[in-house]
Amino acid sequence: MSVQFKSITELRAMLDDKLISASELTEESFQLAKKYKELNCFVTMNEELGKKNANTIDLDNKSNSMLAGIPLAQKDLFCTEGLRTTCSSKILANFIPPYSATAVKKLEDAGSITIGKTNMDEFAMGSSNETSFFGNVHNPWKKGYVPGGSSGGSAAAVCAGIVPAATGTDTGGSIRQPAAHCGITGLKPTYGRVSRWGMIAFASSLDQAGPLARTAEDCAILLNAMSGHDLKDTTSLNTSVPDFLENINQPLDGLKIGIIKEFNLGDLDIEVQARFEDSKRTYEKLGAQFIEMSLPNISASVPTYYSIAPAECSSNLSRFDGVRFGYRAEDADNLNDLYIQSRSEGFGDEVKRRILIGTYALSAGYYDAYYKKAQQVRRLIKNDFDNVFKSVDILMTPTSPNTAFKFGSKGAQNPVELYLEDLFTISSNLAGLPAISIPHGQVNSLPVGLQLIGNFLREDQLLNASHIFQQNSDFHLAQPNLENFE
Amino acid sequence: MSWETVIGLETHVQLSTKTKLFSRASTAFGASPNTNVNLIDCGLPGVLPSVNKEAFYKAIRFGMAIDAQINQTSIFDRKNYFYADLPKGYQITQMDLPIVLGGSIDIQLEESIKTINITRAHLEEDAGKSIHDEYDGFSAIDLNRAGTPLLEIVSEPEISDAKEAVAYMKAMHQLVTYLDVSDGNMAQGSLRCDANVSIRKKGEKELGTRTEIKNINSFKFIEKAINFEIKRQIKLLENGEKVTQETRLYDSSKDETRPMRSKEFANDYRYFPEPDLLPVVISDEEIQKIRNEFPELPKEKEARYQDKFGLSAYDSQIISSSKSMADFFDAAAEKIENYSLLSNWLIGEISAYLNKEQIEIHKSKLTSDNVAMLINRIDDQTISGKIGKSIFEEMCLSGSTPDEIIESQGLKQISDDGAIEEIIMTVISENPSQVKAYLDGKDKLFGFFVGQVMKLTEGKANPTAVNSILKDKLK
Repeated sequence: MSVQFKSITELRAMLDDKLISASELTEESFQLAKKYKELNCFVTMNEELGKKNANTIDLDNKSNSMLAGIPLAQKDLFCTEGLRTTCSSKILANFIPPYSATAVKKLEDAGSITIGKTNMDEFAMGSSNETSFFGNVHNPWKKGYVPGGSSGGSAAAVCAGIVPAATGTDTGGSIRQPAAHCGITGLKPTYGRVSRWGMIAFASSLDQAGPLARTAEDCAILLNAMSGHDLKDTTSLNTSVPDFLENINQPLDGLKIGIIKEFNLGDLDIEVQARFEDSKRTYEKLGAQFIEMSLPNISASVPTYYSIAPAECSSNLSRFDGVRFGYRAEDADNLNDLYIQSRSEGFGDEVKRRILIGTYALSAGYYDAYYKKAQQVRRLIKNDFDNVFKSVDILMTPTSPNTAFKFGSKGAQNPVELYLEDLFTISSNLAGLPAISIPHGQVNSLPVGLQLIGNFLREDQLLNASHIFQQNSDFHLAQPNLENFE
Repeated sequence: MSWETVIGLETHVQLSTKTKLFSRASTAFGASPNTNVNLIDCGLPGVLPSVNKEAFYKAIRFGMAIDAQINQTSIFDRKNYFYADLPKGYQITQMDLPIVLGGSIDIQLEESIKTINITRAHLEEDAGKSIHDEYDGFSAIDLNRAGTPLLEIVSEPEISDAKEAVAYMKAMHQLVTYLDVSDGNMAQGSLRCDANVSIRKKGEKELGTRTEIKNINSFKFIEKAINFEIKRQIKLLENGEKVTQETRLYDSSKDETRPMRSKEFANDYRYFPEPDLLPVVISDEEIQKIRNEFPELPKEKEARYQDKFGLSAYDSQIISSSKSMADFFDAAAEKIENYSLLSNWLIGEISAYLNKEQIEIHKSKLTSDNVAMLINRIDDQTISGKIGKSIFEEMCLSGSTPDEIIESQGLKQISDDGAIEEIIMTVISENPSQVKAYLDGKDKLFGFFVGQVMKLTEGKANPTAVNSILKDKLK
């Protein structure tokens, strides 16, 4: 029996009813990964240990965890003990960490099986998965098209049904945008909800781990396992974690949804607008009411983000110097050459570009004009959100202004073109708020995503609103034709 | 022309916490290279710092002792630069909001006391060590020290010459060891300083161009390095040349300072707030707890020694000047009654011995129990002071107790009048010509008789008894 495209909830029932074993399920995931190798979703497979762990779950047979025996894929930015972790960069191409990220460890402790590490934009810097040292990932819906990024491999693997869910990280939209482009569900939790320990940092104050899955319900199952305070990450929130499944079925009567005036949706592609209007109507039918809200500073999100994120990145990536681990240039004559050569050869162009931007933004004489100013604007944007959440429960926007695009068609001449991909997603990272992307139809046979932004720590409301939407639509059930990738 | 020197010191104090500032690795000195290193110290990808509150408590204790303002909310910043022994490519430090702000330290000059104001003191992590001369063609990195908590204490430019700088560092050493915030071991780098030195014409208001001498780690070198630098700068100015603002290193083998290669310091550190750490807040309760557990400082000790033990002001000050000496005195004083005798011994024999051996008392074989026992044996006349000195020498060598030494060497003092009288009679009968001479008025011969008695008793006869009985018999 094929389990491809099945949700965790469905697989759970099959496992519990002994219709399939964890070993068989895991084996099928590995087979599917091989079958669709051309998608280039994975950088490293975890076949030996994955099978062993599945077997242990079958023998143990005691676990009552929702995730026991469920195969998952981990974005290759999460450190995995004993399993190569590359961040899709040449500079870490041979790095095997002696420790696991807390998020991965929690998922594995819940009985899930890590089948492999997924491809991504190098160091999560990109919106198309085209900056990976290990090559582009194809969008399962259309060969030669990007899956979105930076969690492109995770999104494509879930979209192609290789695994029911995967982890991702989201610094400016890196979970939600690929989820939208691949027609799956992706959640960026509140900043601090999931520990960052063992997550290779891009921009520390913005990075957040979260799930990509076929349904909002499955995202809730993963979030339940991943969340929680971690003494090893002082920025993780010391607050209790609710059961995200508990209120997921609540009716949406009286739900107040805000539409952000400043986003000028009228400028978008007419079909993208149409899907958005359709979803508004769906929510209205489900009892929600819409209110137009103003967030006066939100238009400054992209420049603010592109001052702060590269600044943090320029410092975070200093440790990749060829001295203690990772790629080291072979014939450097002195320490300075060792740095210059190792980093010049080890990093790709987009990473170098952001290190340069960030170094500039933090330099003496420019700090006040860029980094400091950006932090002040960030505060204003956060205040805007605080204000609107006094009047509405959630905010609704498209996830991305466009559908997936052809390899090489964007950003090659002007990187800023690609940076605008993140227009709708970036502000929730700046404000530390949770946001989810759910599929809501297609334009030209490519999926389109709907973004819901929630108030601080209110992932429960986002999951509830998404789940009810998915109970009343079938966009999330659409399956790509994968013949071209076999 | 008359010149005036202006010096400001940046002192780095290694805080004596068991573990590092942002990791749980040990800070013990002298471990094999790269053994006191964990994932965090090594700067592996994806790891995050978490704070060691003990370092904050020690920094606050220091701040309280110098009467400074304590910032209960600590924010950390990253100081970015590349160096092989700086694993993350940045140092976590405090730029905008130091934990300690202001305050002052009194320094003891020959004739007076001078107050030096403190600008600030902030917490930061130490770097590792680069070793360039042990492997042919390679440099080696030891990260044991990486992440060790440092308190960097910045003085106002109020120090006027090398002697004052040394007095300042001695006061700093006394303070940090008294407060138990650092072991103050300069040879191991626990206490070191950078000196900012400039020269100006006497009476001028504006500061001259300064140079910074990096990483000086002994009192002797501080004095020599600063004096060299003052002479060098004066020579430049008197020749009509200019002082270049630069960082210099003191080379003790040549007794000179020379500029560091520009590469080593030409950095834009790109400070920005450390996003991996939330602000660390110290509660009022924690502050109160630090206050309640505040150790006794030298001035308070001096007063107590005078009031409680009746020591002289001079003796009290000498004993209080070093924490290890004062701790030793306090421990021994619990077991004795003759405090001035203990004080005399500490300042006399014991200090002489420690100076000769160049060790601190807590590193010697002397224990407060043994010294107390020695004082008591002299005090109760079991032994004479002179025998006490030879017992002391033995204690220093073997660490044995005075009683063991008295027993094994038969050194117990003879105080029995009958026994002493018997010996005196022997001496008198064996030296009739000297007796005659003495009785004829040659008083100086009295010492001869005492010496003979001591010789026969191997120095064990109680000198007071010998004196009085001799006088009686020689009438």
